[in-house]
Amino acid sequence: MSDARVATGPQTTAKAAPRADGEAGSTTTTSRLTAESVTLAYDGRVIAENLSVAVPDNSFTVIVGPNACGKSTLLRALSRMLKPASGAVLLDGAAIGSYPAKKVARTLGLLPQSSVAPDGITVADLVARGRYPHQGLLRQWSPEDERIVDESMAATGVAALADRYVDELSGGQRQRVWIAMALAQRTPLLLLDEPTTYLDIQHQIEVLDLCAELHETQGRTLVAVLHDLNHAARYATHLIALRDGRVVAEGPPAEVVTAELVERVFGLRCQVIDDPQTGTPLVVPAARRPRTAQAGATGSPAAAARPAGSPSA
Amino acid sequence: MKHARTLRTRGGLSVRLETRAALVVLLLAAGALAASVALIGTGDYPMTFADVVRTLTGDGTPAQDFVVHDLRLPRVLVGLLAGTALGLAGAVFQSVSRNPLGSPDVIGLGQGSTVGALLVIVLFQGDPPAVAAGSLAGGVLSGAAIYALAWKKGVQGNRFVLVGIAMAAILTAVIGYLLTKANLTDAARATLWMVGSLGGRDWDQVRPLLLACAVLVPLVLGHGRALRMLESGDDTAYALGVPVERTRLVTMAAAVLLTAAATAAAGPIAFVALAAPQLARRLTRTPGPNLIAAACTGATLLVTADWGSQQLFGADRLPVGALTGMLGGCYLLWLLFTERRAGRI
Repeated sequence: MSDARVATGPQTTAKAAPRADGEAGSTTTTSRLTAESVTLAYDGRVIAENLSVAVPDNSFTVIVGPNACGKSTLLRALSRMLKPASGAVLLDGAAIGSYPAKKVARTLGLLPQSSVAPDGITVADLVARGRYPHQGLLRQWSPEDERIVDESMAATGVAALADRYVDELSGGQRQRVWIAMALAQRTPLLLLDEPTTYLDIQHQIEVLDLCAELHETQGRTLVAVLHDLNHAARYATHLIALRDGRVVAEGPPAEVVTAELVERVFGLRCQVIDDPQTGTPLVVPAARRPRTAQAGATGSPAAAARPAGSPSA
Repeated sequence: MKHARTLRTRGGLSVRLETRAALVVLLLAAGALAASVALIGTGDYPMTFADVVRTLTGDGTPAQDFVVHDLRLPRVLVGLLAGTALGLAGAVFQSVSRNPLGSPDVIGLGQGSTVGALLVIVLFQGDPPAVAAGSLAGGVLSGAAIYALAWKKGVQGNRFVLVGIAMAAILTAVIGYLLTKANLTDAARATLWMVGSLGGRDWDQVRPLLLACAVLVPLVLGHGRALRMLESGDDTAYALGVPVERTRLVTMAAAVLLTAAATAAAGPIAFVALAAPQLARRLTRTPGPNLIAAACTGATLLVTADWGSQQLFGADRLPVGALTGMLGGCYLLWLLFTERRAGRI
């Protein structure tokens, strides 16, 4: 199946430099999950063409990009929800669609953007459903299932809520319950589609801290789509910036996130400084120019305050 | 997990049991059996409970034997099987469409069966087996049509229910047209069929229905866990390794066949498929499709209603379909009313 997969330490095999547009995947890191020149389309509307992405093992990979750049679509393809029109998504060297559904679900977990909690279900019961791919008609609830569900609830801080109904919880608590369910699946790869959407800022940080902790302590490979570039720069070990269905840059945030890149990807003038808390890049949008000055400067964005574009860490 | 018990053996076998759900199923099954025995004892030749049990175990007089085995047992069996089939099919449809209105009564399967039966009665003056065949074909065809029309990269809950309601409207119009075209005898026969009745059923109705249940009930129950996962949304279920569209197709096809088979045997009995899963869920207080409980509720509801209709109105005066509509409707209203007062809905 896969060639000798040397145990590469997390993110120690950092790449030499951020990649230029749309080149083929790097070979310096191993990747269990890759997209090989995929074309992604909904109802014939092409979102991305000839897109290649590799998720480095043991990384916390974050995909960023403006709305409609195809980041969620890419995540759907990586999690086999969307079948590529051409090209292939490979898991351990074989097309992901060629595995039985339950087998994939034991290797790769996904936290979708929208999930429905069935009426009247308790937290513990919902988290227990994460064990489904490990169960069968005659093996419905083993001691191992029970232990893992308890551990997953403890890891996400929802153990105290075990007997509460999911409908009664706050948004932040609910999202942690869903993450606990995805954890109970015990997959080495976990994909998260905008896990912080609809959450208050403190819950956003809570969820992202939890993800970082899972990545660090359990050594799982995480792939998340995030809206907030600063969150991405702070938490990711590997960043993939998309625009119009193409990879504009990828690599460690410290190397990738520059004012020049942010303007190229998001069309936002900004300054990149060091995050005083973590030392990771922090994007500060440029101030609005006064009307009078703007009149003079129309059409020449180069005249705008140009911040230092050098890597900051 | 609150009410669940786990049975484990050393070989790695582990089965989860919801304590309350298991108890409810047992009580419902006991209720269905008791109602069946009472129903067998009811009629122009009344029999005591003990007589019926003795005859069923083979110790009755020849007369009792004839009344029980040839006249009344088929009727009870059709009731039990049709109730089981309708309850189970209703649970599947409501679970797949994630909508309590997604039941065969509402989405046009009953109407499809009726059109099939009426075509045979009105246009061909067919005999009862031909009517049953027509009804079966009508139900299956309308189920396939709804599935095909609701298909858009998979079948989604609300679209499925809406397409079904549109379908039901069209089919109801066809039923009206067929009834106006029919002569008086045919129209009376058609109307009686349309209410749904267990009267005058014999072994010819039992056998095909028994066969359908023997194949389809285990098939649906085998997909129970996957169906339960589907209630968390397609994406979540898919991420957990549930073959979403295949599960939906298999269980819905089975539910269409179960409904069509039950309707072919007993007519379009109102409300059992709609009410049974709702009642079962409230009795077990367990989320998920509650397949077994819904099937047992359906059987109990139908047989009890048939017995009740004979007790209240005399033998075969009121077809059971009329009573299930009234009974089930009242009970559901009462439930919704009490739940609203308790602030749960």
